[in-house]
Amino acid sequence: MRGAVLSHRLRWPPIAATAIVLGVAALVALPLVSLLRIAAIGDADIWPHLIAYVLPAAAMQTVLLLAGVAAVTTVAGAGSAWLVTTFRFPGRDALLWLLPLPLAIPTYIAAYVYVDILDAAGPVQTALRGLFGWSAAQDYWFPPIRSLGGAILIIGFVLYPYVYLAARAMFQTQCAIFIDAARAVGAAPWRLMRDITLPLARPALAIGVALALLETLNDIGASEYLGIQTLTLSVFTTWLNRGSLPGAAQIALSMLTLVAALIAFEIYARRRQRYQGAIQDSRLTAPIRLHGIRAWLATLACTVPVAFGFLIPAGFLVRETVMRGLVSGFDPALLRHSATTVMLAACATAVVLLLGLAAAVAQRLIRRRFVAACVAFATLGYAIPGTVLALGLLSPLVAADDTINWLSQRLTGASVGLVVAGSSVAVIVAYSVRFLAISIGFMQAGLSRVAIELDEVARLCGAGPMRLVSSVHLPLLRPALWGAALLVFVDCLKELPMTLLLRPLNTETLSTYIYQFATRGNFEEGALAALLIIAVGILPVMRIVRLAETRPADPAELR
Amino acid sequence: MFSTVATFVRATVALAAIAATSGALAQSGEVNVYTYRESKLIQPLFDAFTKDSGIKVNVISASSGLEQRIKTEGERSPADVLLTVDIGRLEDAVSAGITQPIVSPVLDKVIASQYRDPEGHWYGISLRARVIYASKERVKQDAITYEELADPKWKGKICIRSGQHIYNNALIAAYIAKHGEAKAEEWLRGVKANLAQKPSGGDRETARDVAAGKCDLGIGNTYYWALMSKSEAQKPWADATKVILPTFAGGGTHVNVSGVVLAKHAPNKANGMKLIEWLAGETAQHMYADTNYEYPLRGGVAVNPIIASYGVLKPDPLPLSKIAASKKAAAALVDKVGFDN
Repeated sequence: MRGAVLSHRLRWPPIAATAIVLGVAALVALPLVSLLRIAAIGDADIWPHLIAYVLPAAAMQTVLLLAGVAAVTTVAGAGSAWLVTTFRFPGRDALLWLLPLPLAIPTYIAAYVYVDILDAAGPVQTALRGLFGWSAAQDYWFPPIRSLGGAILIIGFVLYPYVYLAARAMFQTQCAIFIDAARAVGAAPWRLMRDITLPLARPALAIGVALALLETLNDIGASEYLGIQTLTLSVFTTWLNRGSLPGAAQIALSMLTLVAALIAFEIYARRRQRYQGAIQDSRLTAPIRLHGIRAWLATLACTVPVAFGFLIPAGFLVRETVMRGLVSGFDPALLRHSATTVMLAACATAVVLLLGLAAAVAQRLIRRRFVAACVAFATLGYAIPGTVLALGLLSPLVAADDTINWLSQRLTGASVGLVVAGSSVAVIVAYSVRFLAISIGFMQAGLSRVAIELDEVARLCGAGPMRLVSSVHLPLLRPALWGAALLVFVDCLKELPMTLLLRPLNTETLSTYIYQFATRGNFEEGALAALLIIAVGILPVMRIVRLAETRPADPAELR
Repeated sequence: MFSTVATFVRATVALAAIAATSGALAQSGEVNVYTYRESKLIQPLFDAFTKDSGIKVNVISASSGLEQRIKTEGERSPADVLLTVDIGRLEDAVSAGITQPIVSPVLDKVIASQYRDPEGHWYGISLRARVIYASKERVKQDAITYEELADPKWKGKICIRSGQHIYNNALIAAYIAKHGEAKAEEWLRGVKANLAQKPSGGDRETARDVAAGKCDLGIGNTYYWALMSKSEAQKPWADATKVILPTFAGGGTHVNVSGVVLAKHAPNKANGMKLIEWLAGETAQHMYADTNYEYPLRGGVAVNPIIASYGVLKPDPLPLSKIAASKKAAAALVDKVGFDN
C-alpha cells in the first residue's frame, strides 16, 4: 500500500539496475551454457549403466553424507552460537574468538590429519595395541575413520562455522523485546530457544546450513580419500574413467537442478513467515550467567567443536612442521605463493562483494519477479563442483580472448595471446562465479533487516539511489559486508580444484602447493603451507569477530 | 562509503596489473609444460634442463582437465609439452587431437618400441609397476600372481585404494585384455570378497595398513615403497612390509608409463623437442631412477638399488595400447561389481 503510493516518485532508473542484475546473472550463465553444450553432445548410452550400477549407490551416500553434515553443523554451529549468546560461562570470551576458526581449515587437510591420527597405523590405535597386547589391527575392532561416519564428523566439524556465524549474527540482534517478554513470563532458556530463538533464526540457519552442504557437495578430495562414493565423485569418474565428459556434465547439471529446487523449496516453505527484528529495538539481550556444573558443561559443549574443527588439526600441523624442520628448512617459494594466494583471494573478494552488493541493492530497489529470479540464478555457481565449473569456464574465457585478439588485430595488427584464459583473471573470474552466492546471500539477509521505511524516508528527503546506498544501506550493511568478505576471502584461500586447472603458468597458491605433496602421499611436507593458509585466514576471522561483537549500527545514529 | 569505493578501485587496478603481467608466455628461450606430474617432483628435472640448455621452463601442474584446457585454448594455447602418467591418459590426449607427432631418431633409438606410439604421438619416459606390499610377519610366500589375489585364502587380508583410481583402472584393464571380461569379472568379485576394508586412501595408506596389521597384502606402485623407506617418519611402514613383484599367470608384471606428448600448436616446438629428448637422456633418466624411484626407460641406466631390491622386473608383454583399449570396460566392471561400495 505504502509502496504503491510512493513508487511513482521513488522508482530508481530501472535500466541501470536491470543491467547490473543481468550482467551478474550472465557471469554465472556463461559456464552453465558451456556445460549445457557439453551435455547436449549426448552419450545417452552411458545412462543405463549409470542408473544400474552407479547413481543409486552414489545418491544414497550423498544423501546420507549431507544429512549427517547438516545435523553436525546445525548442532555444533547453532548450539554453540546459542550458548555463547544466551549465557555467560567460563572461557566464553575466548570461545567467541575460537569458534569461527575451523573455517580456515580446508576439508581435505582435516581428512588427512584425522586419518593420520586415527587410522590403524596412527598413534591412537598403536597405543591401544600396545596397551592390550594386540599384535595386528585385525585382532580387534576400531571405528574406521575412512568411512561415511568419519566423513560426516570430519566435514561437519570444519564446516559448522558457516552455521555458527549466521546463527550468532541472528541471535545477537534478535529483538530483545521478545526475549525479555518471554523471560518475564518465566520461560526457561531451552523453551525460549525452541519457541522463539530458533524459529526466528530459521532463515539464517537455512543459509548457513545451505552453504555448508554446498561446500560438502563441492568436496572431492576428502570424500575420495575417505572412500565415500558421492555423486560429485561419480561426475569425475564418469568423465575420467568412463570416458564420457557429456555424461559427467549431465550428472552435474542434474545435481544442480536438484539443489536449486531444494533451495527454492526452502524459501517457498517459509513464504508466509515475515521476519522483522532489529529495527524496532536493536538492544542486545544480556547473557545470563551460568553457575557450577552447568557453566562447565556449556564450556565443554562449545570446546568440542573448536577442538575437533581447529585445535587438533592445527596442532597436528604445528607438530609436523616442527618435526620435519619445515621452518629451519623454509622453502622461500612459500612467500611468493602466500603473496599470490592473498592477491588472488583479495581481488576476487572485492569483485564478489561489489557484484553481490549491486545485485542485492538492485533487487531491493526494483521489486520485480524477473530481477529476483536473475539474482537467485546468480547464486547457482556455488552449487557446481569446482572442477566442473572450471571446465565450463574454459570456453567463455577463451571466447573472451578471441574477441580481444580480434579487436587488437584490427586496431594494432598484433595479437595479444590469452590475456584472460592464460592469466590470473581466469582464476578470479572462477572464484567470483563460485562465491557470488555467499555475498548475495549476506547482502540480502542484511538488507532484509533494514526496514523499507528507511528507504522511503531517505528518498522523500531527496536522496538519490547512490546516496541511499552509501548513507543508509552501507552503514547498516557493515556486518553483512564483513561477514561476506570473510567467508569469500577464506574460501578463496582454500580453493583448490578451480585454481589447479585455471591458474597461469608458474603460479602456485598455498593450496596447490600442498596438493603437490598430498598426491605424492606425503601431505605432511605441506604442513607449513597449510598453517600459512590458516594464519592468513585467521586475520579476517579476528576482524569479523571484533566487528560482530560490537553493537550493530543503530539507525538513529545515521546521518 | 568512499573508503569502500577506494578499496574496490584499488583492487580493480591490482587485478588489471596481474592480468597485464601474467599473460601468455611464448618467447624464445622458453618452453611451456602442462603436467599431471606434481611440479615438486619434476621441478628438479626442469632446473637441470635449464642449466644444461639455457631454456626456461614454465609449468602448470593439475590433476585433471589439462587436455580440455589445451583443446579449448586452441591455436593460441601456450602449451608445448604435456607430461602425464598412465597409458590411458596419453591415448586420451592423442584422441583429443591436441598432439602432433614427435619426430626424433634420437628417441627412437633410446625408447623401446613397445613404450612409444607407432605414429610418434606419445613417448614413454619412465616405468612403474603395480606390485604387492606384503606383511613380512604374516606373509611367508615371496612370489604371487595377480590371479591369486582372488583366492579365498586371502579373505579379509587385502587392502587397496579405489578401483577407479587410474593405477587400478589400468591393472584391471590389463586383466580384461589378457583374460576377457567374464574372467575378469569373476576375478574382481573374488578380490572384492577378499578386501579387509572398503577401498579408500592412497597407496601410502595401503602400505600403512599392512604395516599396522589391518591387512596382509596391499596393492601399490613401486616408487611409493621406496619413498617410504627413505622417509624417517614413514620408514617403519616400509620396514614391516616387503615388496613382491607379482606376475600374471604365464606372463609378467603389470607396468605403466609416465610419458610425454608434443602439443599440436606448440609455440616453442624446437624447445619442446629439446626438452623431450633431454628427458630421455642420461642425466634425466638417472634422476628418474634415483630421485623419483621409477624404472628408467633408457637402456644402460641402472634402476635405484632400493627398486632393484624388489627383484628383477619382468614387464608383462601385453602391448600398452591393449590396456588403454580396455580402460572403459575396466571402469564399467568396477561399477558392476560394486568394488568401491
